[in-house]
Amino acid sequence: MTGRFHPPYPGWNVLDKWDSPSFNDVTRAVLRKRLEEVPKRRFFTRKEWPTLQALCDTVLPQNHNADPVPLANWIDAALHEERGSGTRHADMPAPPRAWRQGLAALDAEARARGAADFASLMPDARGALLHDVDAGRLRTDWQRLPARRFFRNLVLAEIVAIYYSHPTGQSEIGFGGPASPRGYVRLQPNRADAWEAPPGQWEETP
Amino acid sequence: MNGWADPAPRAVDGRAPDVFSTAGTVPMRQFSDRDAVDFAIVGTGCGGGVLAAKLAEAGFSVVAFDAGPFWRPLADFASDEREQDKLYWLDPRISAGDDPVEFGQNNSGRAVGGSTVHFQMVALRFRPEWFASRSRLGYGVDWPVDWRTMWRYYDEVERACAISGPVNYPWGPKRHYPYRAHEVNAAGQVLARGAEALGVPWAPTPLATVSAPRGKSPPCVYRGMCKIGCSTNAKQSVLITFIPRALDAGAEIRDLAMVGRIETEDGRATGVEYHRDGQWRFQRARNVVCAGYSIETPRLLLNSASGAHPHGLANSSGNVGRYLMVHLNDAVWGVMEDEIRWYKVPPSMACCEHWNYIDDKDFDGGYSFMSQGPLPTDFARMLVTNEGVFGDELHRQMALYNRMAGLKMVGETMPQADNRVTLADEHDDLGLPRAHVTYSCCDNDRRMRRHARDFMARMLAAAGGSELLETGSTAHLMGGCRMGNDPETSVTDSDGRTWDIPNLWVCDGSLMPTAGGVNPSMTIMANAARIADRITALAGRGEAERAHG
Ligand SMILES: Cc1cc2nc3c(=O)[nH]c(=O)nc-3n(C[C@H](O)[C@H](O)[C@H](O)COP(=O)(O)OP(=O)(O)OC[C@H]3O[C@@H](n4cnc5c(N)ncnc54)[C@H](O)[C@@H]3O)c2cc1C
Ligand code: SF4
Repeated sequence: MTGRFHPPYPGWNVLDKWDSPSFNDVTRAVLRKRLEEVPKRRFFTRKEWPTLQALCDTVLPQNHNADPVPLANWIDAALHEERGSGTRHADMPAPPRAWRQGLAALDAEARARGAADFASLMPDARGALLHDVDAGRLRTDWQRLPARRFFRNLVLAEIVAIYYSHPTGQSEIGFGGPASPRGYVRLQPNRADAWEAPPGQWEETP
Repeated sequence: MNGWADPAPRAVDGRAPDVFSTAGTVPMRQFSDRDAVDFAIVGTGCGGGVLAAKLAEAGFSVVAFDAGPFWRPLADFASDEREQDKLYWLDPRISAGDDPVEFGQNNSGRAVGGSTVHFQMVALRFRPEWFASRSRLGYGVDWPVDWRTMWRYYDEVERACAISGPVNYPWGPKRHYPYRAHEVNAAGQVLARGAEALGVPWAPTPLATVSAPRGKSPPCVYRGMCKIGCSTNAKQSVLITFIPRALDAGAEIRDLAMVGRIETEDGRATGVEYHRDGQWRFQRARNVVCAGYSIETPRLLLNSASGAHPHGLANSSGNVGRYLMVHLNDAVWGVMEDEIRWYKVPPSMACCEHWNYIDDKDFDGGYSFMSQGPLPTDFARMLVTNEGVFGDELHRQMALYNRMAGLKMVGETMPQADNRVTLADEHDDLGLPRAHVTYSCCDNDRRMRRHARDFMARMLAAAGGSELLETGSTAHLMGGCRMGNDPETSVTDSDGRTWDIPNLWVCDGSLMPTAGGVNPSMTIMANAARIADRITALAGRGEAERAHG
């Protein structure tokens, strides 16, 4: 793991193209809603909320974001709206129950490690706990909820789906963002159109 | 319930959406529920869309139903991955087995035009020998159709979809693509470089998006969002090719109309029960065609069980839902020195079918692979579900997005009887039993996967990729109601007519007896075009139910 995260495209913001031909009306409408109407908590309880937020912070730390993406709110909204993914693994409960059960299990795992709950663990300890969950090193009974599948296919998959479809996540990785009606012209390696991010800067070549 | 507020039905009052406009309509013929139409077709994708157009053009009365909306791409498709989830079949299917399939996003659509509304346009043909893989290559089963017949229909549908492809395609019998190949982007050049280093051929991928203007379609603008719906209409989906043809020829399309049951009487289908605008209705029909793809077609047939057909329609042999296949879709990813920016242009600009045409391997069947260009959430989701990465490490890996390249296989799995669709105990919002799908790989599938991962990794390394990462997944569906020559081991004959019920047909990907090592849409469309001609010929001889003919 590296230390603090340095986005390779500092200053690049796909929203700067808002008034350009890269954006059309339907995209503007969708993004305006996403940016301006952050849904209130409707699905999770007041007690579950801090656990969910701590989980989001651990999965996608946003210390470098002046205006963090409200991941927990969008997870809550998707569950409230019963937004499906098309798949339910036969060994998994339906998403609403899986999420409730999973958050409770994370709190129980934190207690088994001597903390009051997941949210009160230090960030590093939360990360370590999630690695344990992913590796199946469980200290409590998850009551037939498959821990790794819950973590990867529900938690991680949903959080990245929200973050990287948000202009903040897209800008951070140098994605071109919305591109209709105008697409791209320069398709060769190391070439970019004027409406794409300038060349990226990586700390060290990995 | 899938969390989407669908628009209201748009193909109503004698008008259907003009897909080339932002708000316009075109005239549409309409039929009454009480009048028996010649053909009620369930599903409007590669199978149903092509069939609806060709049967209407042959003079039959046709109503085609789709559970999904009738989109106008120019007005409805945003450049936004999350919004465009609305194109997929998101109602849950229960997924079981040793290698459970992921549905939704990477698997099936729900819209007029079917899965082609969001497909990635790779337009390949089967290798001729695959139509007789049992007798020629010693695995799988033979198709009840000769490859030369299929070859003619590939020509037909490739013209209908104005495929852009290379002048000289390196594999298989000669073919002529109607539009010139697209420029190969940086991600495709990685594949090309790797192929040249390893001494295997490669080609610009034949694609169903136009490289020059065609009718009301502008040339592709390389925005790269094909998988979330093409907002320019460059993509030659069924929605903008065969559906307008069907409407022109007098077919009716019923959008947001979910067929829940096929009724039968005295051994014949009498029509379909469907849900539209909040109510159940019944459309009478002389023939019913299932074209809902490999999960929904078996689900519908199974759910239409009755006293005379206790195990579901067309299922006296017990084959409905069986021999379901997927494509292995494993990939190898690497970090390049160059900035690749793979989000530009359609995702798979270069392909390699080398291992489809070499038979000296440690597994049966074949695989192709293509260069990649996943959109951000798609790529991130693959990273996290395969590797479990999160935190700073996730940020670090995603920060390399613009320097990634990847090779992803389309690998032929073997037909196995126990990979199948059944009905689950639980029901959807309309009260219909959900599909329960069991899928497990066999040893041959696993050997192929290993071979492909090793070969793609060597190629990517040869092209300069580092930090190689392998991921596993599956894509596409084939089989589930296979056609054949033997009523004991198949659901339909070579015309797609079910063995049990003479006026009940299947016409979609579920007919495929084997999967082949290429993306399936062109094969499904070619087969549908062929079946349409067969039905027309049969009706001419009085061997198919027909109102006026
Ligand atoms: C993300 C993705 C990318 C792909 N990329 C490629 C590619 O590059 N190249 C390629 O060759 N193939 C590709 N495919 C596969 C290809 O799209 C499918 O194989 C093909 O569309 C299947 O055709 P079909 O007619 O069997 O079903 P579909 O095209 O899926 O059509 C079935 C239709 O039936 C409707 N339906 C189902 N049940 C009912 C019911 N009960 N009542 C009413 N309507 C119903 C559905 O809403 C759907 O619209 C891709 C698929 C996906 C998901
Ligand atoms: S790259 Fe071409 S086909 Fe794909 S969405 Fe853009 S215009 Fe459509």
